Amino acid sequence: MYETKYHKAASVQDAVAALSGASEGAVLAGGQTLLPTMKQHLASPSDLVDVRGIAGMQGVTVGDGTITIGAATRHADVAGNADVKAHIPGLAALAGGIGDPAVRSMGTIGGSVANNDPAADYPAAVLGLGATVVTDRREIAADDFFEGMFSTALDDGEIITAIRFPVPTRAAYAKFPNPASRYAMVGVFVAETGGNVRVAVTGAGEDGVFRHDGMESALASDFSVASAAGATTSQEGVLNDMHASAAYRAHLVNVMAERAVSKAG
Amino acid sequence: MTDGIGARVARKEDKRFITGKGKYTDDIRMENQAYAAFVRSPHASAKVTGIDASAAEAMEGVIAVHTGPELKADGIGDIITGWAITSKDGNPMQCGVWNPMVTEFARYVGDAVAIVVAESQDLARRAAEKVSVSYDELPATVFADHALETDAHQVHENVPGNLIFNWEIGDEEKTDAAMSGAHHVTQIDITNNRLSPNAMEPRSAVAVYDEAEDHYTLYTTSQNPHVARLVLSAFYQVAPEHKLRVIAPDVGGGFGSKIYIYPEEIACLWASMKTGRSVKWTSDRSEAFMTDAHGRDHVTTAKMGFDADGKIVGFHVDTIANIGAYVSLFATATPTYLYGTLWSGTYDIPAIYGTVRAVHTNTVPVDAYRGAGRPEATYMIERMMETAAREMGMDPAELRRRNFVKEFPYQTQVLLQYDSGDYDALLDMAQDAANVSGFAARKAEAAGRGKLRGIGYSTFVEACGLAPSAAAGSLGAGVGLWESAEVRVNPVGTVEVLTGCHSHGQGHETTFAQLVADRFGLPIDSVSIVHGDTDKVQFGMGTYGSRSGPVGMSAVMKALDKVEIKAKQIAAHVLEASEVDIVIEGGEAKVAGTDKTMGWHEVGLAAYTAHNLPEGMEPGLKETSFFDPVNFSFPSGALICEVEVDPDTGVTEIVQFTAADDFGTIINPMIVEGQVHGGITQGIGQALHEGVVYDDSGQLLTGSYMDYQMPRAADVPSYTVSHGCTPSPNNPLGLKGCGEAGAIGAPPAVINAIIDAIGTDNLQMPATPQAVWTALQSAKMPMAAE
Repeated sequence: MYETKYHKAASVQDAVAALSGASEGAVLAGGQTLLPTMKQHLASPSDLVDVRGIAGMQGVTVGDGTITIGAATRHADVAGNADVKAHIPGLAALAGGIGDPAVRSMGTIGGSVANNDPAADYPAAVLGLGATVVTDRREIAADDFFEGMFSTALDDGEIITAIRFPVPTRAAYAKFPNPASRYAMVGVFVAETGGNVRVAVTGAGEDGVFRHDGMESALASDFSVASAAGATTSQEGVLNDMHASAAYRAHLVNVMAERAVSKAG
Repeated sequence: MTDGIGARVARKEDKRFITGKGKYTDDIRMENQAYAAFVRSPHASAKVTGIDASAAEAMEGVIAVHTGPELKADGIGDIITGWAITSKDGNPMQCGVWNPMVTEFARYVGDAVAIVVAESQDLARRAAEKVSVSYDELPATVFADHALETDAHQVHENVPGNLIFNWEIGDEEKTDAAMSGAHHVTQIDITNNRLSPNAMEPRSAVAVYDEAEDHYTLYTTSQNPHVARLVLSAFYQVAPEHKLRVIAPDVGGGFGSKIYIYPEEIACLWASMKTGRSVKWTSDRSEAFMTDAHGRDHVTTAKMGFDADGKIVGFHVDTIANIGAYVSLFATATPTYLYGTLWSGTYDIPAIYGTVRAVHTNTVPVDAYRGAGRPEATYMIERMMETAAREMGMDPAELRRRNFVKEFPYQTQVLLQYDSGDYDALLDMAQDAANVSGFAARKAEAAGRGKLRGIGYSTFVEACGLAPSAAAGSLGAGVGLWESAEVRVNPVGTVEVLTGCHSHGQGHETTFAQLVADRFGLPIDSVSIVHGDTDKVQFGMGTYGSRSGPVGMSAVMKALDKVEIKAKQIAAHVLEASEVDIVIEGGEAKVAGTDKTMGWHEVGLAAYTAHNLPEGMEPGLKETSFFDPVNFSFPSGALICEVEVDPDTGVTEIVQFTAADDFGTIINPMIVEGQVHGGITQGIGQALHEGVVYDDSGQLLTGSYMDYQMPRAADVPSYTVSHGCTPSPNNPLGLKGCGEAGAIGAPPAVINAIIDAIGTDNLQMPATPQAVWTALQSAKMPMAAE
């Protein structure tokens, strides 16, 4: 690892200031991607701004029809949170299935969403539930947030402080893990909220997480396993690599959608 | 005797391992220690046109940067292979030259171009990134079945068409005649997937040059430190043997990959002399994927002929074996004398013929990996039996039984003579344990859950206990394959056993001690095992090929015989009895039929005080022995795997796995079961998960655990393991060896079970979910031509 300057931010303002003063600053949340990348000499930020100690970025708040999760909340804490389990059990289950216990004990929701790894789980929940990404300076709708592989609407130095989820009528996530990495090779989040159905797919898209329009219309007219099975998944834009061909991934999108619908009940 | 042969004794060495107190090479800290990092080729095939190390050399804390031409100019030799193979046309094999570091051409991604020595590991690695190497990229040859094509890039100037050798075994004419008269011929076209060894401890070396004595010490992750010293001395000219000490301390797994002497150890020894510093290098996991010798990588077409009763009449094999960019130490023996000689499997086959073409490619060298040749042979034969049974409409177990070798010793058509066995009994045992008669009901129940359940068999025999030296020599081996032992009884009666074998997970500190405990009735805590240090232990050949039991323990037994004779002479003299009346048991020497005894410690003390020894007897109680086996030993087994395939995803779950093995005599059942469990898991890894992937340009795509899948605990069931026993007549204990059995037998059992589940054999390893799903889709498709 190359030398870097470590800052422990006490507040969001602190963190923003530290980032703006750095030549090439990076936010350290859970560090589950950033630190291994630095160890492999693939990243060498001049400054690391640690946001884990910021009180306002921790924990779960129940609002009127919403659940808001602080960006520095760890996966294990989301998975075990009673309010998340009561209101959006599919989200708690997703968090409990990320990586392994070590990753879940360090990784955070804000870090995952900001990184927008095309095979990460959380982006499927954020997009599938139609959540709102809250930053130090504005609110961004999920539909506007994810801009492609490892790319988001965040500006330089902008920090995610929380994610606000609407409480759905029903929702669930099913993933097919990559046999080696256990990242999602295909992950499908289905949610019905106030009569609207949203389906977000992670792991399969060349441009990262995406909404599956055909699956959404099929499920909107009939929220059933058969309907999920019958929807057409195009191979256009679907990842094709040594682990899974586009044909296999597209097939798995339907299978995982069926399983998510079945879980959502 | 609770600690003796056959006792389920807990492993003595585990306390230090599970409490983190093992001492591995990377734990060695020398005064004046510096750290090495290697500059490695990012190209699979390129000419190095220039190296500019000035930026690295200018960094504070960088001690030196050295390149391949400097190493060569200092007289360091090229890396050799230990087994010469002759082609079928009578010509000797042609191997490319392997310079420890690149002198002109880089031939695989990871080929070492320069060594950087610096004050810290991190600094050495950062400095290595600053070494600027200019390359002219060349075309790369990557795949075994492409290497022999006319358009393939030639990897070495002196190896035309990339063909290292075209070896044959068996009787071609007889086999052709048998095949042409066959009632039915089955053909299979299979690949044996390339594997990365993945020992838990990565390779490491600490090289210490003592200028005052002009002496070198190398601490390294070796399965065979004496062989390392011999080769480093005699062939690489690092230092004469008496000026070079090699120590292999605790080693965390080898699986074959730590038999070989790699470029890094040579370069570190040399760099230690050049810089006057102790030089440590420890591989990281990325380097391990790139540079540890891989295993397997065969492409094979095989044909088997049967008569109308399903009796095999002939077997014909054609294999291309990918050797990689350079020919590693055992690389030529693995796909020939450890592979072709096993083509008879557990079957009585009257005519066998085949060829193996070994080829260079621009990939990391391929060498012996757990099982080494025998897994490749077993996978081919056992897949053949599955496909043949399906084609002939026979029960696969019954087809095997009709062809089993039933009388021993059995002379195969491919050199080997099997020592003993009872293959029917093992299959009976496995079928009972697996409740095969209940399979149909289990399959129906699984179908109700939407799962495809299948059952697969594998019966195997392998050759262990490498090896009778004269026979090995006549087939091209560069060394003998005997083993040595020294048994030292101390004046207080404790015992030290010095063995030329090396334990890197096998539990020798326990099992070797059990031999002494058994012989003299001592607790194993009063016995210590010394190994892994060329200054302490007499020359020995190391541990691989399940040889520590059949060969290494046999040497210990011979030394124990000598100690026992002398101890009896001493006891007889002291107790004033006849030597033939002395019995040693329970930690005492006794005069049979009397109450006259002396404690074992008193025997030891008498030997060393020498106050009262038989006339003419030398003092002391210490004996050495060398054991050279007269034949290999031949463990065998029957494995039955049951899988459930999810047709929606192609995911295979192993729901039941049964093994019945014959390892001859068993010293410690717990350790043997552990070896079987580990071996089966590695075999399941090959069958379902593992596979090294290079792209067309020779870039390694499976360079980390993000892309290379190892089997996890959740991927395997609890195994049902049982044992038959036909002792080997070829060594004093009747041992056969158990270290590789699981890895040899398991892959075809798993694949045959999947074939049975999905109804098509259009499947290669690893049977990943994608591969199984794709096979299922192809089976659903109507035949295009029909």
